[in-house]
Amino acid sequence: MTELISKVPEGPLAEKWTNHKAHIKVVSPANKKKMEIIVIGTGLAGASAAATLGELGYNVKIFCISDSPRRAHSIAAQGGINAAKNYQNDNDSVYRLFYDTIKGGDYRSREANVYRLAEVSNNIIDQCVAQGVPFARDYGGLLDNRSFGGAQVSRTFYARGQTGQQLLLGAYAALNRQVAKGTVKSYPRHEMLDLVLINGEAKGIIARDLTTGEIQRFGAHAVVVASGGYGNTYFLSTNAMNSNGSAAWQCYKKGAFFANPCFAQIHPTCIPVHGDQQSKLTLMSESLRNDGRIWVPKKLEDVAAIRKGTKKPSDIAEEDRDYYLERRYPAFGNLVPRDVASRAAKERCDAGYGVNEQGLAVFLDFKTCMEQKGRKYIEEKYGNLFQMYEEINDVDPYKEPMMIFPAIHYTMGGLWVDYNLQTTVPGLYAIGEANFSDHGGNRLGASALMQGLADGYFILPYTIGDYLASKFKEPKTDTNAPEFEAAEKAIKERIEKLLSIKGKRTVDSIHKELGHIMWEYVGMARNEAGLKKAIGLIQDLKKEFWSNVYVAGDNEHFNQELEKALRVADFLEIGELMAYDALNRRESCGGHFREEMQTEEGETKRDDENFMYVAAWEYKGEKEPELHKEPLEFKYCKVATRNYKD
Amino acid sequence: MKFTLKIWRQENAKAKGHFETYNIDGISPDTSFLEMMDILNEQLVNEKINPVAFDKGCKGHSGPVSFDHDCREGICGACSLYINGRAHGPESGVTTCQLYMRKFKDGSIITIEPWRSSGFPIIKDLVVDRRAYDKILQAGGFISVNTGGVPDANAIPIKKENAEKSMDAAACIGCGACAATCKNGSAMLFVAARVSSLALLPQGKVEGARRAKAMVDTMDALGFGSCTNTRACEMECPKGISVEHIARLNREFLSAKLSE
Repeated sequence: MTELISKVPEGPLAEKWTNHKAHIKVVSPANKKKMEIIVIGTGLAGASAAATLGELGYNVKIFCISDSPRRAHSIAAQGGINAAKNYQNDNDSVYRLFYDTIKGGDYRSREANVYRLAEVSNNIIDQCVAQGVPFARDYGGLLDNRSFGGAQVSRTFYARGQTGQQLLLGAYAALNRQVAKGTVKSYPRHEMLDLVLINGEAKGIIARDLTTGEIQRFGAHAVVVASGGYGNTYFLSTNAMNSNGSAAWQCYKKGAFFANPCFAQIHPTCIPVHGDQQSKLTLMSESLRNDGRIWVPKKLEDVAAIRKGTKKPSDIAEEDRDYYLERRYPAFGNLVPRDVASRAAKERCDAGYGVNEQGLAVFLDFKTCMEQKGRKYIEEKYGNLFQMYEEINDVDPYKEPMMIFPAIHYTMGGLWVDYNLQTTVPGLYAIGEANFSDHGGNRLGASALMQGLADGYFILPYTIGDYLASKFKEPKTDTNAPEFEAAEKAIKERIEKLLSIKGKRTVDSIHKELGHIMWEYVGMARNEAGLKKAIGLIQDLKKEFWSNVYVAGDNEHFNQELEKALRVADFLEIGELMAYDALNRRESCGGHFREEMQTEEGETKRDDENFMYVAAWEYKGEKEPELHKEPLEFKYCKVATRNYKD
Repeated sequence: MKFTLKIWRQENAKAKGHFETYNIDGISPDTSFLEMMDILNEQLVNEKINPVAFDKGCKGHSGPVSFDHDCREGICGACSLYINGRAHGPESGVTTCQLYMRKFKDGSIITIEPWRSSGFPIIKDLVVDRRAYDKILQAGGFISVNTGGVPDANAIPIKKENAEKSMDAAACIGCGACAATCKNGSAMLFVAARVSSLALLPQGKVEGARRAKAMVDTMDALGFGSCTNTRACEMECPKGISVEHIARLNREFLSAKLSE
């Protein structure tokens, strides 16, 4: 049995990272030039890591499935990025950001990692400004901030509603600079299909050139996976259409443990589902909760009138509105963390107060803000979001409130990593959303960008040196080795198998069915019977897929159906592990809500005695996965029931 | 709603392409344009599975239509369709993925083509190769700083107006609509957006002239045409990037030439 060694350094919390950096090994410039690193994914984590590793002198190969690194889904992050700068003088600090993140994650993340994240957050802002990221500024020329959920300070830096885009363009520019210098080679439209191990260490990948279909081998001294999350397991999510969990999943199947797969974030402010032909859900930024107020009518007759269209939301008098977040959580109001806001919306809708035809929507209203601050203020802060809402719904949100509903947005679970961000496979690292380490059971808003860039710019480039320092004498990885041979053969067979089934079901129809199972039984509320049912249904669907799917086209050409099929094959397995993990975790925490474990008020009820651990799953082939536990210790913050009321 | 779709089909860069006609029915006005394409593709795959039962005027049974798409929120820049003779379709200020079927007349004919520009060779059907845009940015679309060792973010105040203008230009999503629309096939608006965004900030000013020259030279070398100020790019840019940025690029370019 592989033991989980987190490698958290000794010493006081605030000195751990500094001490660790001082003691890990470094690789000399001359030796860096001889070493190769593969990076999978070009989002914030992958692009920033590849650029920084290139600057350090390593030879980097970076892969992405899109036609350009700039299209990675980090680009779509809207609201902002947190940092403990305390520019607003509101008593923010590294400790406070650390504490908020631990608490927001419902005490299921690793203290030392989270503290380090808060510590390097300030460097990120400095770095991005130096790269020319046009953050919002005040008239005095200094940086502006706004507030996000789960925090009582204003620490979120932003570039209109396009913060992810601007940060990614910064990292992409740094990457481009290294491509021009020749330290990084970029492989767009390439998809990693397997990880290759030699003597138990990560030594390369098998990739498919998506334009030609050619199956290629790439060797390296280390592999970094920065391929994002697996939210698209649910079919409908706010993730981009091509976002997938396959790269991380291949690592799992090659021996890397997968941690806390059941921790998926359901974002409260998305545009509600409109019909069964929809392919994608759209997020409305959490920043809207700075000024928008969430409500449903107090009276069921008003709900009925709104659904019928005989009353407009603006017709409902102030005293007939239930601002349920303000009512239930007066201390944080509309800015409670995402999991809390999502469940509260579900509670109202389950009680019959949902305001659209399907009864699955609540209002996000800017009436108070319009009255107090005016239209111009809203235009400046949220103009593009309001425009986007109108384009999609044909309703002017300046006049009538937005309708929103929770949707799958992010996955906190991911490949298990130690303090160095190394997985249980030596030489294999996971960064950004692809790993599990920092967000516990629930991620706070504006923290994904922070984590991606912290890992990529400031953590991995140091920690990977500790591993590579012992490898510089090793020659370049030989891609003619039998391990590469075998991996390539297996991939070719898998593709051939998929193409030869020629059944009756389209890839999308199976993916949609999986999505329904996941949302129904592994969604916002879960229970033992439902999870057991889900596992059975997914297993049946997996059989259906492998015996009755129809994959159009062939391997030798650009073939989006084949790309989808390979990813859906993995989603089916990921979904099963998610349900499995959710079944094991008989407690409610963060985004994971087990109906059996709730307080009288319907809040999450953790079981710290039995579940204060990271659940890391080991792949066991056809057999059930094996659970390994990493106990979590909280020495620097008091473990308490999350309280956003007072 | 129902539509007749005339879609460009082409096996690869070298093959000869042609239009194929498809009929599609039962589309909700709230469906997005790309969801309509998803529905069509689902129909085309089903026709492959069962060619007899489905024969709704689809000729050739050439399988699902390839098109680039990803975020479906108008920000990644992947989608790239030329719809009824306009980049990203009839609406201004939106990308194809943000276009909804309610904007089309029920029963109308919709023509869908790929970007057509010498800088963007066709990969398949509606998918084009836009690596040229990466190459232009690799020539100089960055500020030369390494990770670490940079000053505090508030060390250099930046006028709010300049930060805002820089952001206006930085909103470019690199979709390629500008070059696809330009009668000369020029990528000038794309180049200008990056050059101008950085030139407006003190951090980017330092290497502004060098950047402008390197990027324009690379654009020329990659087979994009030159700018003759028709302003068609500005009209079709889904992010409303103004040609004012081309003027700023020209100033930067000129100062590079003068200092040679």
